[in-house]
Amino acid sequence: MNLTPGLRISHRYLRVWRRNVQVYRKTWRVSFLPPLLEPLLYILAFGYGLSVLVGDVAWRGEAVPYVAFIAPALLCIAMMYNSFFETTYGSFVRMYYQKTFDAMLATPLFLEDIIAGEIVWGATKAVIATAIMQVILTLFGLIRYPEGLLILPLSFVAGFAFASIGMVFTAVVKHIDLFNLPIFLFVTPMFLFGGTFFPLETLPAWAQIVAWGLPLTHLVELVRAVGFGRLEPSLLWHLMYLAVFSVLFFPLALMKMRKRLIK
Amino acid sequence: MEYVVEAENLRKTFGAFTAVDGITFRARRGECFGILGPNGAGKTSTIRMIYGFSPLSGGSLLVLGEDVTRRRLLRKVKYRIGVCQQDNNLDPELSVLQNLEVYASYFDIAAPKAAERALALLRFIALENRRDTPIPELSGGLMRRLVLARALINEPDLLILDEPTTGLDPQSRHQLWERLEGLRARGISILLTTHYMEEASRLCDRLIIMDHGRILVEGKPQELIREHAGKDIIEVGEPGEELRAFVRDRGLRHDDLGHRILIYCDERDRLYREVSEHYCRDGCILRTATLEDVFLKLTGRELRE
Repeated sequence: MNLTPGLRISHRYLRVWRRNVQVYRKTWRVSFLPPLLEPLLYILAFGYGLSVLVGDVAWRGEAVPYVAFIAPALLCIAMMYNSFFETTYGSFVRMYYQKTFDAMLATPLFLEDIIAGEIVWGATKAVIATAIMQVILTLFGLIRYPEGLLILPLSFVAGFAFASIGMVFTAVVKHIDLFNLPIFLFVTPMFLFGGTFFPLETLPAWAQIVAWGLPLTHLVELVRAVGFGRLEPSLLWHLMYLAVFSVLFFPLALMKMRKRLIK
Repeated sequence: MEYVVEAENLRKTFGAFTAVDGITFRARRGECFGILGPNGAGKTSTIRMIYGFSPLSGGSLLVLGEDVTRRRLLRKVKYRIGVCQQDNNLDPELSVLQNLEVYASYFDIAAPKAAERALALLRFIALENRRDTPIPELSGGLMRRLVLARALINEPDLLILDEPTTGLDPQSRHQLWERLEGLRARGISILLTTHYMEEASRLCDRLIIMDHGRILVEGKPQELIREHAGKDIIEVGEPGEELRAFVRDRGLRHDDLGHRILIYCDERDRLYREVSEHYCRDGCILRTATLEDVFLKLTGRELRE
């Protein structure tokens, strides 16, 4: 059987997505809490605690209050965490411990439908978390509308990219503890150096170059501009940079998963 | 369509290891067809190719008349088969009823119809009062019954069971057998792998015994017993040299296991009286030959991994 070329996803990926929605709905009260409380904690600690020391931050030549500076970054971090953790720890548990994928493979679903459903679900979780957080940040007056409405579709694009990257790791790790590696080498550096808590310009030149290679940097730049109501054509480059990650890692995730599970 | 499975020269290799080494068999519609063999014989590899989990390494395979090496046809076939895999891979994040309903959605069964079938199946496996129970609270036997119910959610033309009773206690095993006999009576085609000979004799119309990826024999359980083990067996514990000489002189078919000798015979009473009167030091019994005797005779008595 020829299983190598092409993406070969059918609409049935929605069934896998629906299964995850159904499980999520069972625990939604608990799942809603982190995105609800996290921004409050960050704003309290960084915004009010730290901003006394920091004051205003320079962004594109303007002085921006520190709370306003980090608010869009908090959304971006939530997009990354929710999608990446879903397709790493979440998918790995379903695949490896619960054998959920094996059970699905005995139905009309093919592996491509399953993996696509998982990745789209990861992106969906990014959207859910973003929506909740955005409500809180909006209450603090930290996001401008109507431009801010674009953040939700952006969260899906970003979630899809990070979920695809996460799924590639899930396809190759031998054991669940090994996720510490991509988190330590990839996710945490982005969390710290993606233009999130301080402007990139404060870094040495070489570090800035490295930082611009990271997808989160582009997402933060994009969401910050949108959140401040500063739509301009140059933002499309950042969007395309994120799209490239999806275009590369989504097919790679399918390929690596086939290699792992089809025996 | 006379056959539900037609395998010809079917092969499965994993790198240098050959799991299924060119086997040919056909399972008829409406029958329960068994694939027997010790661990590592190639049973599960065979059955996984049949339900589309593993690609073929060689040969040809028709399931429900369709060539399953073609993806489009395989998808069609997957709608019409029910699979009970070896692991209890129920969805632990869903309740008993939800497990059936969500599984039904994978077959494009609309929600009202899925709920109706799920409840009917829960009655069939006598689990209707546990519909909201979380999966981890079920016993092994109940889980197994639910896996069977789940495999029936699409009203399959072919039910595939991979070692359905492994690890169950005798009560649960008999419960499951009764359900399977009920299904067989309704005319559903069943493909079963097992290494329990009692299970195979009771359920299978025809079977193959495999070892090292090849088919050793094929036939009806009773015919195989008659052909390979005879009617009866005399088992003698701690046999002496005199018995061994007796068996050799008379040219009796036998297996010498050191501490035990099995003599295959058709003229039961006369031979048994003779053996038990003259050569029986540590107990000897006369019993009917079973499929297990055939199995051990053909696949040997060494331990498998």
